[in-house]
Amino acid sequence: MLIGLTDFADELREIGIPVSMVEVLDAADALRHVDLGDRVAVHAALAATMVKNARHQDAFDLAYDVFFGLRPAPVASQPSDIGSPTAQTQQASGGGANPSDISDLFEALVGALAAGDQSAVSALARQAVDRLSGFQPGRPVGGRYYLYRVMHRLDVDRLRGRLVEGMADVGDDDDLAGRLAVETANRQIERFRSQVEAEILRRLVDDRGPEAVSQTLRQPLVEDLDLMHATREELAQISHRIAPLARKLASRMSARRRRGHHGRLDVRRTIRRSLAHGGALVDPQWKPRRINKPELVLLCDVSGSMATFARFTMQLTYAIGHQFSNVRAFSFIDGIDEVTRFFGPGEDFDDAMLRMAQEASLIRQDGHSDYGAALKRFCDEFFDAVTPRSTVIVTGDARNNYRSTGEDVLARIGDRARALLWINPEAKRYWDTGDSVMSRYSPLCDGVFEVRTLRQLERFVERVALSRVKGLVPQP
Amino acid sequence: MADWTDASSIEASLRDAGYLADARTAQVVYLAEQLGKPILAEGPAGVGKTALALAVAQATGRRLVRLQCYEGLDEGKALYEWNYHKQLLRLQTDEGRRWDELEGDIFTEDFLLQRPLLDAIRSPEPVVLLIDEVDRVEVETEALLLEVLDAFQVTIPELGTMTARTRPFVVLTSNNSRELSEALKRRCLFLHIGYPTVERERDILLTRVPELPEEMAKRVAEVVAAIRNVAVRKAPSVSESIDWARTLLALAVQHVDGQITADTLHVLLKYQADIDKVSRELELQPAEG
Repeated sequence: MLIGLTDFADELREIGIPVSMVEVLDAADALRHVDLGDRVAVHAALAATMVKNARHQDAFDLAYDVFFGLRPAPVASQPSDIGSPTAQTQQASGGGANPSDISDLFEALVGALAAGDQSAVSALARQAVDRLSGFQPGRPVGGRYYLYRVMHRLDVDRLRGRLVEGMADVGDDDDLAGRLAVETANRQIERFRSQVEAEILRRLVDDRGPEAVSQTLRQPLVEDLDLMHATREELAQISHRIAPLARKLASRMSARRRRGHHGRLDVRRTIRRSLAHGGALVDPQWKPRRINKPELVLLCDVSGSMATFARFTMQLTYAIGHQFSNVRAFSFIDGIDEVTRFFGPGEDFDDAMLRMAQEASLIRQDGHSDYGAALKRFCDEFFDAVTPRSTVIVTGDARNNYRSTGEDVLARIGDRARALLWINPEAKRYWDTGDSVMSRYSPLCDGVFEVRTLRQLERFVERVALSRVKGLVPQP
Repeated sequence: MADWTDASSIEASLRDAGYLADARTAQVVYLAEQLGKPILAEGPAGVGKTALALAVAQATGRRLVRLQCYEGLDEGKALYEWNYHKQLLRLQTDEGRRWDELEGDIFTEDFLLQRPLLDAIRSPEPVVLLIDEVDRVEVETEALLLEVLDAFQVTIPELGTMTARTRPFVVLTSNNSRELSEALKRRCLFLHIGYPTVERERDILLTRVPELPEEMAKRVAEVVAAIRNVAVRKAPSVSESIDWARTLLALAVQHVDGQITADTLHVLLKYQADIDKVSRELELQPAEG
């Protein structure tokens, strides 16, 4: 067991979940107190001691299933179903299982789901995998493929329809009831789907061994997802993480404001005071602390090449807008417009995105990024937004479609602002390739950061929060 | 905690205290008791993190010592403070004695003001120590907790190290507004408490609002689950769904339909933008006017 545990810890570290030596010892300690035959108990014991971050929970659960959860597979309880020659041949011959076959499964499933009978549902999941997945040992396909085959053959839409129908006879016919029935059906189907997924996983592990399966299933953690190419679901996950980051940024910046009661030594007043003590400097005087209210000015490239990232930066803008009072946000493509009003407190994010697209004048020419034109317009119309107290953050890939770069204008902004920072969502090695003109801008900025993942954004936030004075932003 | 022999007995005794723990929570509570480690409960607001500590206290009949964290919390508020006024009085009544005698006198436990952490440790009978919203303190202040959570001892320079007479059951809660330090996390058992399933939420509603008919509890839980599926800024918490159930009872509602939901949505949602969005997505028709 102990050896299994250290292997498991290695696997977790491989995925990117930090597990310290002490935590492995704690896990071993915890295991002494639980019944090792009890899956839930063992899972809880390991999860509580080895995962200290809710974000890593899903990755942990998957790794756990692969490593421990599924080893004592209930195959033993139904030896006749799985792995036996008849089942094999049945799978092989009936790859396209005839429709009458499915209908009895379908009916049984509708019944079991509607009744909420867990054990029946998992038994049916096993059957469904047997009959519909066309599982072939040794074939190098991922679990997703089998899952898709099973769910597709079962016809999920029809299943949902039947489940909803079954619930409708409760008696009422208002809209809400219908809607709730659909939601309930979705939940039931989801439950079945996860059972099927677990069953497929179990067979994959039986077939190839946990290490190999774990390797193929390994997915980047949320904080390591590439923001430029994130899918919609991944973006949703990411967005949950943004609000805490904005809060952190806000609390770090305001904490610095609060800390310490007074500012620098007031030499003139101290010497003046010393006259009363015969010239001894016993009573130092301090200058009142200058209150440093952080101001943020965000300039976000929201052009096509930045589409996914733009959604993310606007989300960040939105989150920051709820934390700082002194934020002004601007979006640009080849035109630029202030979008602060859309993202203020109390606005819904999706509405804000829609309104930004409809109401803000971001496009003046052809809708391709033009940093030169956008920066110039910014200076013409909104230059008063930048003050010596403001931190200006530009987010963009600096892909300028070979147009004017507007370096002189950016330099003006940089001179005026407390700090000028640039976030580039592209990998550093792509900077200055093609139409990217990053190196023209970087000397003008106090800091240039590659931010492709949440982890990098977190690091950026740390740095910005730490930077006090212009020019002191530590370079990465 | 004599009857806390396994997770299911814990589940039962927490249930008696009015807290429905899922298998995972009960298991972690059991481990925390066995290993003597603190629980770090994390999750969205209002899912019963604080209530867990209250329920443990009630189920075990232990006293609850609560430390509410906030930005700027310091030693004097969390651990102990010397009672200056009392020390001063003592000095004044004793004028004329030698200093070294006095010094030994005024730095004794009599002059110590116990704050929650010290209180929990020095208590003659075991207590439940709740450190609420630990993510609100600064990283530096977190370090203060480490000695307490690690060895259950507090070092007071003038008195030496005070160790625990009894081992408190510790629950820390966090809303995850910032990342806690590794050192703190390492010392704790981690428990993520999320929104309950529809079935469990129904049971919670039935426990907390006993007058509620079962059919309606199911309906309330379903509607709340549907709302949580909509991307809102602040999803309704369990405590808000309990409030909503109470509201519906107070309004003598027999049947929860779209209309009544729309009219009482403000109990569940705290932002106008959220209310608008949910009404739109769930196609609720509010009453005219």
